Amino acid sequence: MRIYVCVKHVPDTAANIKIVGDDAYDTQVKYVANPYDEYGVEEAVTLVEKAKEGEVVAVCVGNKGAANTLKSVMAMGVHRSILVKTDDQFPGSDLTAKALAKAITDDGNADLIFMGKQSVDSEGMQTPYRLGMELSLPVVTGVVSFSHEGDTAKVQREIDGGARETLAVKTPCILGATKGLNEPRFPKLPAILKAKKKEIKEVELSSLGLVDQGHCRIKSLEPVQERSNAKILEGSTQEIVAALVKILREEEKVI
Amino acid sequence: MSKIGVFIETVDQEIKQSVFGVISAAASGGEVVGFLLNGQADTYKDQLAAYGVTELVDLAAGDIVFSKFPQAAGEALAKGATDFGVTALVGVSSPTGNDLLARAAMALKAPLALDCIDVDFNDSTVKKSHFSGKAIATLEMTGKLFVCGIRPNSFEAVEAPGTIIVTTHNIDIENSDDIIVTAVEAAGSGKKDLTEATVIISGGRPMASSENFKILDDCAEKLVAVVGASRAAVDAGFAPHSMQVGQTGKIVSPKLYIGCGLSGSVQHFAGMKTSKVIVAINTDKDAPIFSKSDYGIIGDLFEVVPALTKELEKQE
Repeated sequence: MRIYVCVKHVPDTAANIKIVGDDAYDTQVKYVANPYDEYGVEEAVTLVEKAKEGEVVAVCVGNKGAANTLKSVMAMGVHRSILVKTDDQFPGSDLTAKALAKAITDDGNADLIFMGKQSVDSEGMQTPYRLGMELSLPVVTGVVSFSHEGDTAKVQREIDGGARETLAVKTPCILGATKGLNEPRFPKLPAILKAKKKEIKEVELSSLGLVDQGHCRIKSLEPVQERSNAKILEGSTQEIVAALVKILREEEKVI
Repeated sequence: MSKIGVFIETVDQEIKQSVFGVISAAASGGEVVGFLLNGQADTYKDQLAAYGVTELVDLAAGDIVFSKFPQAAGEALAKGATDFGVTALVGVSSPTGNDLLARAAMALKAPLALDCIDVDFNDSTVKKSHFSGKAIATLEMTGKLFVCGIRPNSFEAVEAPGTIIVTTHNIDIENSDDIIVTAVEAAGSGKKDLTEATVIISGGRPMASSENFKILDDCAEKLVAVVGASRAAVDAGFAPHSMQVGQTGKIVSPKLYIGCGLSGSVQHFAGMKTSKVIVAINTDKDAPIFSKSDYGIIGDLFEVVPALTKELEKQE
């Protein structure tokens, strides 16, 4: 069994993002493995551990620093990695999917492919679908439960209002993981040290001869103005709630 | 005049409330063509005509039940978009909406943007969150047509009554059994979806138990609100994941968001900062939430929330 996991190297969600120029950001921030991808990594590693055979290969499209993200998922149990290198801050979903597809097909046959349902930087939510198109494989995203038997995966995804949809998916397939699928492990020191010795194969994106056909480009990137300090309502609890209701009803007109 | 296609998403045989805002957004770009996947156009036509849908299309593909075959459903939307000559296909960025719009975009080989908070059909641009709501990107889409999912409550639904033509459009799809929906398990609560709510009242870890959420339920009833929770409250087992607002939960955009006992983490704000008005209730005057809300109440939620419920009751 060989499982591929696609991993993105992204700024930590707690990082302070400073916009530079019209469409770029200051990359001097802490980077991590995309949190949604970690659910995919955990699921893949657990499957191989339980099967007592097979390997998990991480594939990432990112800059040089992405090697650290790959080390972090190898510390979680991924066996080896492929890094498709690019300096582009926002490689489009289409080009990313093409690069992931090329890296995977050049490497071997996938029994399953896991990834996060979205990244936390560009929040595109579409790379799994684009990868599915490149590889002609079925795709389901927002996966919160997974099991498989023979050539069929049984997955669940959360739909409106907490309802759950159960789907039967022919394997190999691409699954976009989300919170609820599992609890990603925190690697211990021996695993972290062992990961340093695992293989990261590097490929230059520009050497693959791929063309972005996503037809979508970032025109501008603007910081979101945070609200300034809240207006603190004062008085007795009774006075405060009366004032709040009045404000919400008469000034803000939201109730 | 150009035509904009709207996926009319339905839940339990009713049009999803946030579809109407999407229709109003689409109307700014041209004539609105509604696409339905459940063959019920006659049931909905008056409701949709009232918001400016001029053409309503029941998509049909032989005996394929679209709710069971998401791949066929996405392909049907794509064929509808092509056959009716729309310049954009839009819908609600809900779990189902996102899935089918993405499948349609793949079939169309069209650019796609999901969870958009604004769309301009004249210059084919959309605005959407980047970096957990810390930045807004303006994306430009090129090509004959683009596909776009819109975050619920991003556009006000505006009535625009007119006439509507209803048609059934038969398409040829080679069905695949690669993906089959085998069951749908309803949520226990039967509550309205958080993303659809115009008012939300959320509880954090200080709620201390699932039983205590009753004080939020009582207040929500008076506010016509839906109850949410923070990740801390969900992880502590006080509320189900379906109630979680934030980065790894629901992205919401209500008119009013009342946070009770929330610290105000970046990850929580990623899920609700586009709310129109944010009210924070917390005992800690230094809680970060007070620096990014509109109104703050420094006090114990167990006193303030019941008092608020009483005040609303009094004014009924």
